[in-house]
Amino acid sequence: MTKRTIVPIGPYHALQEEPEFFKLHVEGETVVHLDIELGYNHRGIEKISESKTFEETIFLVERICGICSTSHPIACVQAIEDAGDIHVPERALFIRSAIGELERIHSHLLWLGLAGHFIGFNTIWMWAWRFREDVLNILELITGNRNHYGMMKPGGVRRDINKTDMPAIRKLLDGLKDPLSMFRDAVIQDPLIHARTKNVGILTREKAIAYGALGPTARASGYDIDVRRDHPHAAYGMLDFDVITCQKGDVFDKAVVRILEMFESIRIIRQCLDQLEKIGGPVDSNPKSVAAGEGIGHYEAPRGEVFHYIRSDGGNRPVRHKVRAPSFMNVPTNRETVLGASVADATIILAAVDPCYCCTERMAVAVDRNNGDHLLDARGLIRLSCEKTDRLMAETGLPGPSLPDF
Amino acid sequence: MNTFDSITTLQAQLGDSILAVQRKSARRFYIEITPQALEQASHLMLETFGARLQIATGVDTSAGFEVMYHWALDTQNTIITLRVLVDHATAELNSIAPMYPAAEWIEREIWELLGIHFKGHPDLRHLLLADDWPAGNYPMRRNLGATP
Repeated sequence: MTKRTIVPIGPYHALQEEPEFFKLHVEGETVVHLDIELGYNHRGIEKISESKTFEETIFLVERICGICSTSHPIACVQAIEDAGDIHVPERALFIRSAIGELERIHSHLLWLGLAGHFIGFNTIWMWAWRFREDVLNILELITGNRNHYGMMKPGGVRRDINKTDMPAIRKLLDGLKDPLSMFRDAVIQDPLIHARTKNVGILTREKAIAYGALGPTARASGYDIDVRRDHPHAAYGMLDFDVITCQKGDVFDKAVVRILEMFESIRIIRQCLDQLEKIGGPVDSNPKSVAAGEGIGHYEAPRGEVFHYIRSDGGNRPVRHKVRAPSFMNVPTNRETVLGASVADATIILAAVDPCYCCTERMAVAVDRNNGDHLLDARGLIRLSCEKTDRLMAETGLPGPSLPDF
Repeated sequence: MNTFDSITTLQAQLGDSILAVQRKSARRFYIEITPQALEQASHLMLETFGARLQIATGVDTSAGFEVMYHWALDTQNTIITLRVLVDHATAELNSIAPMYPAAEWIEREIWELLGIHFKGHPDLRHLLLADDWPAGNYPMRRNLGATP
């Protein structure tokens, strides 16, 4: 009998941005069993929510995750609106969908970068995160924040999209198309990516259904579900878009689904902007209270369906608030996908469901208030780096590499 | 099968085990059933109606522990919630995880947070709380911290 060894990944591991403990049971190089331990990040949010007012609850759920920071609020306000039969103005629905889709693009680019990094393809990581910046800039323009937008509230949204911002938003959006096309071609046609991701970590359609898989994880396996189409909410019933599916369910298909979905998101955002230029009216019905009752809200987050259940007794706080993030359903599918894989492939397989990371790092560009000059930008940092290398070369007498001229 | 047919089938198959049917809104149904009928009802939802278990929610109420199984009918744009009331004293319910792996983690969560024992669960151990969390201390119960 082959000797069985346990390879621990986590709970704190350089490859994971969040604590999660995967125990890989291996025989030789082959994974034969996976044990997943959670709870290192458990904050008791459902219990905390019972001590918050309905308005405060939105800010609380926004902080469940930095990446899905508008998916949870959309699902939560929909649950409150369902419980209290609260009306939402049409204009607010389009703003909700636009913000949701912007979040989807930045989340998928984040995953694409990390996936590239995990298979040692760091160029993809650098490029994906560089173009993700443009999406975050659009979000900052609209909401004032790169993450944690604070846009959703029961009955509508907190702030309108300014007409004067529309040209700038459209310009940034148009600029995304070429980089996304580059990624599509780079990933779909690259022989190295094929070698590392095709036929790796396959989740069959039957297993996807049995585990209740969601989002791109389900759609890559041919399980054609999308809450945006199946249970229309926000403005999705009034928008034209395609649901992307693949059939094989390997890591490659999961990447393809996410990449093609970003193009659909751009289509959706354009339609939302067109509608917002046509329809006026308020963006908030300003409800004063939530009637007693119970409500369910769900929203197609970048990783799959986010689910919120709210029960109200007619007071100003929820008496029960249940939250289910998509990773809760997607992470257990790893028990199937990682079986029979080699230890080297386990990393990308475990990452392929896009377990939720929180990351808001940024590089700032300091601008002179008086004349608008850039005091320090990317080129400036590279120049500083070159100068320091020169100084070190002079001090140590080592020749050093030949450097580009800035 | 549309939503109306699904509910009629549930009523025909479960008979007296259905205690109440409530239509909250056009797309939301809440059906209260006896705990004994849970497995049969879940089987119908999964195999006959092709529904997807979104999640289960446990609530501690004065009448008992209320456990809700939220099933999405994705082709019908409808959510049907099966509601069972579990006695405070027994705090026990049959597990549906053996027939449906999607229920495995949420039953573990409800067990550790609300203290409902799921009979027949393949792997009932801590999911979110620490392994050395004191036994019998359930954070989502209303009497948490009260002296017995």
